Amino acid sequence: MGDLIFEWACKGAGLFVLVLLGAIIVELFIAGLPAFRAFGLAFITSTDWDPVQEAFGAGVSIYGTLVTSVLAILLAVPLAFGVAFFLTELAPPWMRRPVGTAVELLAAVPSIIYGMWGFFIIAPAFGTYIQPTIIDTVGELPLIGALFQGPPFGTGLFTAAFILAIMILPFIAATMRDVFEQVPPVYKESAYGLGATTWEVMKGVVLPYTRISVVGGVMLGLGRALGETMAVTFVIGNANRISSSLFGPGNTIASLVALEFGESEIGSLKLASLLALGFILFVLSFIVLAISRWLLRSRLKA
Amino acid sequence: MSATTIAPGPVKDAAVALALGRRRRRADRIVRALCLGATLLGLAFLASILLTLTWRGFEAMSLRVFTMVTAPPGSEGGLLNAIVGSLIQALMGTAIGTPIGMLVGTYLAEYARGSKLGNAVRFVSDILLSAPSILIGLFVYQLMVLPFGGFSGWAGVAALAIIVIPIVVRTTEDMLQLIPNTLREAVIGLGAPKWRMIVLVCWRAAMSGIITGVLLAVARVAGETAPLLFTSLGNNAWSTDLSKPMSSLPVTIYSFAGSPFEDWIALAWAGALLITLGVLGLNILARSLLRSRI
Repeated sequence: MGDLIFEWACKGAGLFVLVLLGAIIVELFIAGLPAFRAFGLAFITSTDWDPVQEAFGAGVSIYGTLVTSVLAILLAVPLAFGVAFFLTELAPPWMRRPVGTAVELLAAVPSIIYGMWGFFIIAPAFGTYIQPTIIDTVGELPLIGALFQGPPFGTGLFTAAFILAIMILPFIAATMRDVFEQVPPVYKESAYGLGATTWEVMKGVVLPYTRISVVGGVMLGLGRALGETMAVTFVIGNANRISSSLFGPGNTIASLVALEFGESEIGSLKLASLLALGFILFVLSFIVLAISRWLLRSRLKA
Repeated sequence: MSATTIAPGPVKDAAVALALGRRRRRADRIVRALCLGATLLGLAFLASILLTLTWRGFEAMSLRVFTMVTAPPGSEGGLLNAIVGSLIQALMGTAIGTPIGMLVGTYLAEYARGSKLGNAVRFVSDILLSAPSILIGLFVYQLMVLPFGGFSGWAGVAALAIIVIPIVVRTTEDMLQLIPNTLREAVIGLGAPKWRMIVLVCWRAAMSGIITGVLLAVARVAGETAPLLFTSLGNNAWSTDLSKPMSSLPVTIYSFAGSPFEDWIALAWAGALLITLGVLGLNILARSLLRSRI
């Protein structure tokens, strides 16, 4: 009797979690439905965001979300690889635990703290030193130069991506470290026995052996970056247009929702559009996180 | 596979072999240096965040931060209502989310190993673990704020509880799976029903691990801002009534840091220091608990 009750309590809680995720998706979709009805599929690509004319589109914020997240991945992956390589192969054993803990603490710092740090420390530093230098050098190059032009505000897409990169660094590094440690020592020892250097063992043995899980870790970082809100809100510059330069201001889905939600009236088309944006963000993160989990499945089983 | 890339065929000429060796060692040294640089850079970011917080936070810290409620710019004010509101919401959210998370984790580890439903629950829980927290805020807004006519502390608690659940699920399942099956067989062999085995033996054996998970969950929700923006909103007056809008430290920091007033920004730094010390302290405590067990 007690057995039956307990088993059903556990099963019920499990079903509750299933229903919860389903309810989040359905609820966001229903709440966003007026926007999808009013603008149709063009909502996704439209770059309008005009509360006066009641014309809303997701184009600008989807662009901002994708650009900042992908740029953050490009910045974070080499760093995360360096940290993971250092912690698994290079660092003396006594150093591994404290340094590893310190890097993991980066993941524990709340998003809002990154926002303040980014806004008061990083953005001014970028605006005075780093951006003018890049504009004067890389900005002069043909083709890619256009991405690095314009006035050095300090805030903008590039700064947001930089903060995001630091925030997702510990997640990617932790996954990489875990999978690097799972490589059977025999494989590495065989390569060392042939006279390979540490880097050659990493490149020739460890990376090929773990590449699927490494990509899974990168996808996990991407999933985190897509939905990050507060840190981005502080430094993105809050502009509802697509700027050709990475130093220009913009918006991500999450930052737009956080910034404009308070100014939306209940039942308005604007509120529905924000909720529709939430639905799109959920679908995006769901896909990326599902892929990440699928790639990491071998690690989860181990 | 690596042998061919490392030494392309036997090299007869000693000078060529030496040059190759030098090149390989140089590549190794460069990569090592870059990796050390990457790690130092990561540590430098953490140091910069902590130093900034300490410097700006201590500058603004005073007794009135803890004894006075938030006030309009220019007049004396503190963060008392925000600190208390954060504590209430984080603790209530954890108190509601933890039992649900423990039951789900128990279901996954003890009842549903390898079952289809179990895999689906595990998948969904892992998605919730990394899902954007702002969307959980929007969901609770639709579910609790709109129908019940206003922002409330309860809505904030609900949003935080949803964030707590998957964290506790993960640690509970992981910890239960570490328990050897012989222990379970011994208990069942004594004639105990399965639920007693789980509650009296498995949970007890996994307790320090589960507590670690709960501490990490408290640390996580204590710093959450986005889900509270649309649920408990914030309240500039003293209030412990969960049916009314409730202040919280992260939301107060958000609105103060974005304001043009010097004294509000200073208070935001003080709040930021408090919350970071709390969150990092809980993390370090949780880690040392887990380590002392293993």
